[in-house]
Amino acid sequence: MNYLYFPGCTLYTKAKNFDQTARNCSLLLGFELIELPNWTCCGATFPLATDNLMALLPPARILARAKEQGEILTTLCAICFNVIKRTNHLLQRDGEKREKINEFMEMNYLGDLKVLHYLEILKQEIGFSTIKDKVKKPLNELQAAPYYGCMLLRPFEEMGFDDKERPTLFEEFLESLGAKPVDFPYKIECCGSFQSVGSPEVATECAYRILTSAMKQGAEVVVSTCPLCTFNLDQKQSDILKAHLDFKTIPVLYFTQLLGVAMGLDPRTLGFEQNAVDPIPLLKRKGLV
Amino acid sequence: MGSSGNGFIKKAMVIGGGIAGITASIDIGNAGYNVLLVEKLPSIGGRMLQLSETFPTLDCAQCTLTPKTVETGQHPRIQLHTYSEVVRVEGQAGNFIVQIRKKASYVDWEKCTGCGLCQQKCPSKYPSEFDRGMGLGKAIYTLSPQAVPNKPVINTSHCRYFLEKKCRVCEKICPVGAINYQQEDRIIEEKVGAIIVATGFDLMPIERFGEYGYGEIPDVIDGLSFERLNSASGPTNGEIRRPSDGKVPKEVVFIQCTGSRDPERYMPYCSRVCCMYTAKHARLYKHKVHEGQVYIFYMDIRSTGKGYEEFIQQTMEEGILYLRGRVSRIFRDGEKIAVWGVDTLTGKKVEVLADLVVLATAIIPHQEVKALAQILGIPIDLYGFLTEADRKLKPVETNREGIYLAGCVQGPKDIADTVAHANAAASKVQSLFARYS
Amino acid sequence: MRRLGVFICHCGVNIAGTVDVKKVAEEIGKIEDVCHSIDYIYMCSEPGQQLIREAIQEKQLEGVVVACCSPSMHENTFRKAVKTAGMNPYLCEIANIREQCSWVHQKEKEEATRKAMEIIQATLEKVRRNEELEPLAMSINRNVLVIGGGIAGMTASLDLAQGGYEVFLVEKGPALGGHMAQLSKTFPDLSPAFPNLLAKALEIVSHPKIELFCCSELEEVKGYVGNFEIIIHKKATYVDWTRCNGCARCIEVCPVEYPSSFDRELGMRKAVDFLYPNCVPKRVKVTPTQCRYFQDRSCRKCEEVCPEKAIQFDQKDERIHRKVGAIVIATGFDLFPKERLGEYGYGEIPDVIDGLAFERMLSPDGPTRGKILRPSDGRVPKEMVFIQCVASRDPDRYMPYCSRICCMYTAKQAKMYKEQVPDGQPYVFYMDIRSDGKGYEEFLQKTIEENGVLYLRGRVSRVFQEDGKVKVWGVDTLTGKGIEIGADLVVLATAIIPSEGVKELAAKLRATVDKHGFLTEAHIKLYPVESSTKGIYLAGCGQSPKDITDTVSQASATAGKIQALLSTDKLFQDPLIAYVDETVCSGCGICVEICPYEAREMDYRRGISIVHVALCQGCGACIASCPNFACELRNSSSVQTLRMVDTFI
Repeated sequence: MNYLYFPGCTLYTKAKNFDQTARNCSLLLGFELIELPNWTCCGATFPLATDNLMALLPPARILARAKEQGEILTTLCAICFNVIKRTNHLLQRDGEKREKINEFMEMNYLGDLKVLHYLEILKQEIGFSTIKDKVKKPLNELQAAPYYGCMLLRPFEEMGFDDKERPTLFEEFLESLGAKPVDFPYKIECCGSFQSVGSPEVATECAYRILTSAMKQGAEVVVSTCPLCTFNLDQKQSDILKAHLDFKTIPVLYFTQLLGVAMGLDPRTLGFEQNAVDPIPLLKRKGLV
Repeated sequence: MGSSGNGFIKKAMVIGGGIAGITASIDIGNAGYNVLLVEKLPSIGGRMLQLSETFPTLDCAQCTLTPKTVETGQHPRIQLHTYSEVVRVEGQAGNFIVQIRKKASYVDWEKCTGCGLCQQKCPSKYPSEFDRGMGLGKAIYTLSPQAVPNKPVINTSHCRYFLEKKCRVCEKICPVGAINYQQEDRIIEEKVGAIIVATGFDLMPIERFGEYGYGEIPDVIDGLSFERLNSASGPTNGEIRRPSDGKVPKEVVFIQCTGSRDPERYMPYCSRVCCMYTAKHARLYKHKVHEGQVYIFYMDIRSTGKGYEEFIQQTMEEGILYLRGRVSRIFRDGEKIAVWGVDTLTGKKVEVLADLVVLATAIIPHQEVKALAQILGIPIDLYGFLTEADRKLKPVETNREGIYLAGCVQGPKDIADTVAHANAAASKVQSLFARYS
Repeated sequence: MRRLGVFICHCGVNIAGTVDVKKVAEEIGKIEDVCHSIDYIYMCSEPGQQLIREAIQEKQLEGVVVACCSPSMHENTFRKAVKTAGMNPYLCEIANIREQCSWVHQKEKEEATRKAMEIIQATLEKVRRNEELEPLAMSINRNVLVIGGGIAGMTASLDLAQGGYEVFLVEKGPALGGHMAQLSKTFPDLSPAFPNLLAKALEIVSHPKIELFCCSELEEVKGYVGNFEIIIHKKATYVDWTRCNGCARCIEVCPVEYPSSFDRELGMRKAVDFLYPNCVPKRVKVTPTQCRYFQDRSCRKCEEVCPEKAIQFDQKDERIHRKVGAIVIATGFDLFPKERLGEYGYGEIPDVIDGLAFERMLSPDGPTRGKILRPSDGRVPKEMVFIQCVASRDPDRYMPYCSRICCMYTAKQAKMYKEQVPDGQPYVFYMDIRSDGKGYEEFLQKTIEENGVLYLRGRVSRVFQEDGKVKVWGVDTLTGKGIEIGADLVVLATAIIPSEGVKELAAKLRATVDKHGFLTEAHIKLYPVESSTKGIYLAGCGQSPKDITDTVSQASATAGKIQALLSTDKLFQDPLIAYVDETVCSGCGICVEICPYEAREMDYRRGISIVHVALCQGCGACIASCPNFACELRNSSSVQTLRMVDTFI
């Protein structure tokens, strides 16, 4: 079974390593990610204004085109996933807006495509038990803190990803790789990355709280589902060190990178060189590279 | 059933003909015991008769109440003494000797057919207390067209005959010659075995609230007045019009906890019904004036009854603005009323220019309850509410055997709780009577 | 042809102000069989009724129509009036020309007058074919079943027994007291809950008119108001209670210990034990799911040690038959299950407990003997967080309603904590403080001012363990700031929900429940203790959350209602009910399915469906559903109804 795949701008450019690892892992797990032809930017934010439909056009177009190709669309980036899934939800529920948008696009999309995050594909379509069987290098009880961020879960009614207060999907994923998920209170709190430009100190402070909380609960590595969160939590650590003398750095990995390690991919293909805090020493210590 | 062998009288007296007294009377009457129902006003029904719709179902109060008043009036075991007061009580459970003053109505109720002609023709009009001073009543009046009993009384302080010895229109027009200006108060004596006190409540007078204009701004009214404005049988036939100029108010401010929960200056207790009736008022207003804007100042929203929380949720969804904070000052600003308050959630000062302000004033016991408590020999609390024997396990008993409490005279409660309380009081009377069979 | 009379009421100006009553009287008087047609200002007044009585006698009327207000107002009045004049009351009908005519057509006087005439003509059609009927008399049983042995059921039982009625009190558990037995002190006077309760319980067990069935449930009920036949399922306790003297020796020797649900899992109990140490009746019960004898027959220690030879491992369940005239449902409440409250760490963090567990901790007879010690390590908590509205007032995820008692018990618990741990700091997260009972507001003020309990208006977003503390994140909506408290113990005021099994019980009794499972009353204001089924009454939290005071009032109220119901020898029922034309009925049974009152039953011998007169409420559902037109409603036959419709079209 192959899945229609929307890479999104970030994973296509700056975070190419995340994209590549996902594609490679998929092949090892027995499926292929088929890139959606002629895809465009998703818009990157779901519009809050309810009377301006223009911002909904890019995701609507993505959905409509995908529907011509298949029944399921998957994506890796939590932000793209959030925008596309919510647009789909709105097109499903709001007949009036759907009609307007369709008229403008000169298409007829009914909101009947299934939009799944890559993790959902792994859980619902492949099954964590299958992954467990196919893992080449079990992660050796690596203490991994799953950081969901906000985009995957909220708003709950529209995303329907997992329990909004106590999600467990990411933990199940980590367990299937042989890691030991670490529960920590900040796992669904905002990382502040939207403030990275305007008030960088806010984002730094958020990252500090998230990372220290994870470490306090015994985490050796923080694993994220969102490229922006990964960037913020990882790259900000140098700033945190300046502000907090007690801070110790911790590697932050995108979940496909860790999947790649467990699937036995060559570490050189996982793009660790782009990580600000080098995870190699930890992985070596654990006997994983 | 009357007196049993040992002289125990199986007949009850219920003081107060509101929903509590009516409920208790019917319950006792249905159990086969005779009941004397004593009501201060000319007819029964009490405060509920003044209400428009009731929370949380928005049922019409009259439609709910009238079948009960009619049932009371026709009940073979209930004897009504309206326009009457209890003046003396002696004896003990099973054998109370009570004296009831039947006030002069100046109408021979035996002869009167309730045709209403006298009320139509009476030339003397004055602000009616029943309509909270907003409508005009006649000097010879019944409280409502559906009054039970449907017999009028003459208010001597407004009747031209009593003031100036002129007029006599009612006497001339009465087809059965029932008017009797010479009538006098009578004292009758009865023997009963048990007494239920159900004298209800009053509202704290607006005149006591300096910060809200001492009752000087006509468009600052209390909750019961708003009920009358909303009522189809009220002074505006149910249209929301402000008292000063009859205009439909476009911005209305409701202020909860006026005089309640204010231990420094007024009453420390919570009046229990205001949160719900204010929400109801806001909704009824919104249903009638769609484009109107409602602001409700509150301290805490207390919606603890069955279906109440859901009612409040619905109210908020209908676009009614709840502001958590108290009001510091109300004053006239041209045709408008300026309301200064604070929104404690934003910490900001709020100023609203309103057309009408409704105060949910504190529920207090009637003034006469103090004297009645003395007559009955039962204790009252600091605020004048009658005290139950045990807060939890004996909520309707007093510390005097044979005397029971029902409704708001014991403490503020809503209609549902009042009815259950009255049912319970009636139950205690039945148990008492059964013990002596 | 019947001689008919029509009486048109002005209702002051209510009718006459819109409808031309003189004209109506005149026109109606022209109808052939109408021998008498007059109007009067108030027909319901004594002179008005006199007019009717006189006309019946003078004109020998055989049917009367009173055109006035709604029949729910005065149908009884006029039926009584015609009866005193010697006419069968069911030959008198009301034509409603007020609510259904003058009030709704105030601006269309001519049309309203025409409509009033049509309404009267339609009613005349009905009266022409009305039968003379007599009310149905039914004998009644004067015993009462009370289900639930909490404070509500106990109060109702005692009131009824004192009123002279025989009461069967059925309690699911092994002892009386319900949730009140678990409480420490009660608000607002901080009086201890137990002594008062104990006095009542002792009165019940010694009352000659009350028969108490513990460990019992209502299994089956048949019949109707005044004549219920019930079967009580009395479960085996494996102890002969007539022999057991409560000496507790068996408890001492029992080797099996397990968490006690009475103590909310904070304490242990034995496989043979009391419900709680001073329970009434003071009798032990064996719990077979825990007892070793029942597992593998390996232990009979209790049997060996019992001086009264009361242990009976072979005891069987009993089925007890009784007849009663009325039933009180007082099944009480449960707290929202912890399995569903993950975000508060409830069920995972040992130092997060619910309000009832904290009550057990505060109780002198509780697992900690009244000492506040956190479950994880037995230390005295120095910082405590109380969270109100857990699963209440949360329409999106849990219960939309307010649980009514949590504000007060939280204040009480915070106060008692502060009194026991003077250097401790309690915090209370709340949404609105609801202290609307007598003396409640004052109690709350004192708690805040004198006891230094810190109230924070806001909800809690996360509860988790860190550094041996329970971290609570919340927000203070008054300052708009986030708050983090490192607490030693967290108490959740979880939502009140109806107790388990109420839905099934209600179905057995034909009582209804709302979408949350609370029993529904007949009228939310005027009939708060009556269920929608005659003879079934409601008391306590099974109907909706309420505090002890309101529960006791309501329980007394049910007792009063029942005493009034059972005070007569016979119950009379309106004869306006369904009947079957046996020659037409094919016995298809559709009516049996459709009847909401179980009043229709198949008579298989005769192959027809019959009407149970005592149960029929005259709703007409069977008539509408009968494919053969074999059922009719007395005095609302299809001929009558169609003729009435004909007048309008």
